[in-house]
Amino acid sequence: MTGHQTARQSLPKPAPRLTDRHPDETDVEVAPRDTLLGRLGHDHLAVAGAVTIVMSVLAALFAAGLSGLSGNDPFRYHLDALDPTGAPAGWGGGIGAAHWFGVEPLTGRDLFSIVVHGSRTSLLVGVGATAVAMLIGVAVGGTAGYFGGWFDAVASRVIDVLFGFPGLIFMIAVGAIAPIWFPRVLMLVLVIGFFGWPSIARVVRGQTLEMRTQGYVRASAAIGAGHAHVLLRQILPGLTATIVVFSTITIPGTIGAEAALSFLGVGVPPPTPSWGRSIGDAVTWFATDPFYLLFPGLALFLVTLAFNVFGDGLRDALDPRSRGLGR
Amino acid sequence: MKAPVRVVEAARAGVAQRLVRSDVLHTVRFVAGRTSGMALVLLIVSALTFAVFVLLPADPAQLACGRPCTPERLEAARGYMGLNQSAAGQYLDFLRGIFVGRTYGAGSAQVDCAAPCLGYSFRLNESVTTLIASRLPVTFSIAIGAAVLWLVGGVAAGVVAAIRRGTVADRMVILGAVTGVSAPSYLVGLLGILLFGFTLDMVPVSGYVSFTESPVDWAWHLVLPWAVLALLSAAVYARLTRALMLDVLGTDYILTARAKGITESRVITHHALRNVMIPVVTLFGLDLGGLLGGAVITEKVFSMAGLGSLLLDAVGNVDLPVVVGVTLFSAALILVANFVVDLVYGLLDPRVRA
Repeated sequence: MTGHQTARQSLPKPAPRLTDRHPDETDVEVAPRDTLLGRLGHDHLAVAGAVTIVMSVLAALFAAGLSGLSGNDPFRYHLDALDPTGAPAGWGGGIGAAHWFGVEPLTGRDLFSIVVHGSRTSLLVGVGATAVAMLIGVAVGGTAGYFGGWFDAVASRVIDVLFGFPGLIFMIAVGAIAPIWFPRVLMLVLVIGFFGWPSIARVVRGQTLEMRTQGYVRASAAIGAGHAHVLLRQILPGLTATIVVFSTITIPGTIGAEAALSFLGVGVPPPTPSWGRSIGDAVTWFATDPFYLLFPGLALFLVTLAFNVFGDGLRDALDPRSRGLGR
Repeated sequence: MKAPVRVVEAARAGVAQRLVRSDVLHTVRFVAGRTSGMALVLLIVSALTFAVFVLLPADPAQLACGRPCTPERLEAARGYMGLNQSAAGQYLDFLRGIFVGRTYGAGSAQVDCAAPCLGYSFRLNESVTTLIASRLPVTFSIAIGAAVLWLVGGVAAGVVAAIRRGTVADRMVILGAVTGVSAPSYLVGLLGILLFGFTLDMVPVSGYVSFTESPVDWAWHLVLPWAVLALLSAAVYARLTRALMLDVLGTDYILTARAKGITESRVITHHALRNVMIPVVTLFGLDLGGLLGGAVITEKVFSMAGLGSLLLDAVGNVDLPVVVGVTLFSAALILVANFVVDLVYGLLDPRVRA
């Protein structure tokens, strides 16, 4: 897409060190290519992704203020904005000065407010579940790789089994029988997070296994450091890059899981706005009011795409050997 | 030029013959090991699944007991459903039901649940096994067609992108792949229905016609679900294939193959693709197993009564035996798929068996 990508892709193997520059790249240099941010800044797709992510985070943080700009909130009914059949009155699902994205069929709630507030739900569950997955994954993978032996054997087997588990089926099933007093959002965070940890655990285990034999780790153990110190102070810092990249590429999956569960009606309960649930509600309306599907769908798609593209860019920037798209 | 080739061929044939003989024993041991391993994992997974659902505070007897629910009636319902014992006892009953079947209640109210009994739905008055069997053809039809499409399409796109790296074709594949990975299947499905079903009126948008009734109608009703599922999953396979292909194309043995003067297309298909396919097949097995266990979202979007919709209905009505049965069944399917994949490439790739 960019001149820089083609230049990098045409470099001969083996991949050059980070500081090597292709001769014809120097004239387009704006930021130093040997810093992480510099390399990321040259990846236009990644920058676009980052901008979209920042915008959605801002929307989530200032959701009330944003929807307040047009004098709306996601909960108030506007039955006057509907025609007698319950569909929004006017063109485009009732788009106008009062309702920027139109209104919801049957209730007349402001769709712009619903979409803006929906980013809260999506990001909260997405980031929360990713944090849970990272926590379990790094803890299990790190200790399994570090201690080895039977613990590693058991952990690896568990990872294998969980990898091939019908996660969505299980999440739906658990949703059915979870006690009512348990907060749904927290349950989603825990359940989605629980099915997300095996992949990071596998990678962290591999890296820890490698690091364990390296000089600085052995030296640390040799001068009397305990297992906790070695794991937290010597090995964990070396895993930072992996954790950051994996978090970024896990978030779109967890956001998608929340949306899918809400779409199926077993996720976030009404009236809390959720993109997935709006899309699910739009199913019965989209022949008459496609805009009800369009706005939440577009929001979900754009945020997921942004995280995916940014994650890819981040991985490339951190790993000079990766070529555009890894596994 | 000809003679040495013949000598090499002869030597190779001899080695192959000797390998085949010792391989039979090896293979038997390999298959036996993997089979017992899978049986053990299945047992553990079923116990864990069962534990999760028994420990959670939903009481099927409470739901079935009717109003007013006196303690006596609740106790009677418990006894009838086999819930008046410890969790371990219930699990053992469940396991026994799978192998020899079981009965609920006695006398005129007795209900039989034949051999592979995965429980009994007192709401639908049907054994879970029968329910699953009646829904499986739908899910199966969706999964198989989509899987074939996405495997072929995804791998082909990935290979083209890798060979034509840096060209417009490559960028199209990369962009298409990241878009496909980001788009939720229900969104694409709904757009497909809107465009091809409502606007262009080309294909049916819902319902299922069984294959035995009319193969043409069967395929015609499945075109859209297949396309939607395949489009999105192909994205993952294209990414994976492209990355693996680029890795493999840089290796020495490919260089050797090219240096020997083998045509490029043969190098790609016979040398590179063989190695690329191993991880791809692994992923394929897992995905297919997962899909067979319930294409929940696709079934909902296209209003097809498959396993996924059975589960969703059961969840909506707190029909616990069905929830447990379907969950276990789909977990088992994935494990079996995983096992078959293991077996297949254990047989294809001798290194795995060591």
